[in-house]
Amino acid sequence: MTESNYDEIMKLLCDRLSDLANADVLITPETNLINQLSIDSIKLLNLIMEVEDAFDISIPINVLTDVQTVRELADLVHKIKITSS
Amino acid sequence: MNLLEKLDAAAAARKALLPNGVGAFGIPIEEIFSATEARIGDRRVLLMGTNNYLGLTFAPECIRAAHEAIDKEGTGTTGSRMANGSYFGHRALEREFADFYQCSSSIVFTTGYQANLGTISGLVGPGDTVLIDGDSHASIFDGCILSGANIIRFKHNDMADMEKRLRRLGDNIETTLIIAEGIYSMLGDQAPLADIVQLKNKYGGILLLDEAHSLGVLGKSGQGLVETTGLLNEVDFITGTFSKSLCSIGGFCVSNHPQLEQLRYVSHPYIFTASPSPATIASTRAALELLRKGSHLRDKLWSNCRQLYAQLKEVGYQLGPDPGPVIAAVVATPQQALLLWQQLLEHNIYVNLILPPAAPEGKSLVRCSVNAAHTTEEIRYVGDTFAKLYGAINMQT
Ligand SMILES: Cc1ncc(COP(=O)(O)O)c(C=O)c1O
Repeated sequence: MTESNYDEIMKLLCDRLSDLANADVLITPETNLINQLSIDSIKLLNLIMEVEDAFDISIPINVLTDVQTVRELADLVHKIKITSS
Repeated sequence: MNLLEKLDAAAAARKALLPNGVGAFGIPIEEIFSATEARIGDRRVLLMGTNNYLGLTFAPECIRAAHEAIDKEGTGTTGSRMANGSYFGHRALEREFADFYQCSSSIVFTTGYQANLGTISGLVGPGDTVLIDGDSHASIFDGCILSGANIIRFKHNDMADMEKRLRRLGDNIETTLIIAEGIYSMLGDQAPLADIVQLKNKYGGILLLDEAHSLGVLGKSGQGLVETTGLLNEVDFITGTFSKSLCSIGGFCVSNHPQLEQLRYVSHPYIFTASPSPATIASTRAALELLRKGSHLRDKLWSNCRQLYAQLKEVGYQLGPDPGPVIAAVVATPQQALLLWQQLLEHNIYVNLILPPAAPEGKSLVRCSVNAAHTTEEIRYVGDTFAKLYGAINMQT
């Protein structure tokens, strides 16, 4: 897994989150998923399924409790991708 | 924001979504007349939003059994079975459930919610995996959270999606619990159990099926989806509740794995709560007997289900894929759903209103549940009223 994969993860997350967000917010790595995007929990869980499929990994949703920002989510996905390949 | 301000913010968001909908949840019911009728305010309403599938809430056998148990054993057990002991009724009901499902082991829990919490958190722990349907009931989800296991969701009833996720588990399949439901409570659709079993046999894992809504409803003897599919022996653990077709409160887990017994010593939702009261156990035992010989009740229930499903479908309502006791009209917006719900109540029909995020995929539902005690005329009245309101509320948009 390389830097470019990290960028790929970040891009996918930003693209999908801007579709899902209720508000017209510019999404940056520091954007808070819950407070700033008001993404409800079901939408977030469904996004996780999409990310699992995009990178062919398993992302247990219980580990999301530590995730608040887009960057933290990208870090988590990246870490799982590295350890699974 | 402090803790109380956070609750205020959540309450404000709820009221902003539906300013007129505040009374739609937890509506006060002043009097209950029968399995199908109650008084709300000064209206006598037809109950179309209960889980009383066999219509047994006033069955004389159950009422008599509950009365006798109170007289003989008092109103409550005042503690857990672990500490205060197991009454005759608790043990008898467990034997009766084991016999009903031809299983060697059975545990009774204080609620259906706790049956899932206790079974799941007893079977899996941190480092293990649960593979659950995306539309799983909150009791399943909460049980998974309590367990500390890794939770993976698959798309509701989508077997290709489930297989993909099974494959990705690799060696972790050894310690994976797969969970599905006999009938899903939101849209009333059934799990594709034969396909799930096939995938389980191909990849491995242990299978738990929650028959909460299908117990008493599906199968000749009312065992649930395991009976209509003939797959009783392929399912490792079955959970269910007493609060729907059995008309009391409580839950159970049955299995042919003798390890189920160990849950009594490790499962907090079993150990650290009071056991079901004598009256609850007694009425449940009487109801289970009626359920087992209740094929005439199931016939009537299904004839009611098919009648209402066909009529709503013909009118144009978007419904779940299978007719069944849960018939939910999928409505585009929460406002339309509230309007339909209110108008039905104006016509003396009580149904359930389900709004996002409780309903799957951001939908709003107006959900009926049909029971065996509804008459053909009552079902027709409900269907006709839905038909009349379809145009009035402009459901197409
Ligand atoms: C699928 C499912 N499982 C479990 C439960 C929990 O049962 P109970 O309400 O008896 O605690 C319910 C109902 O609320 C349910 O719909």
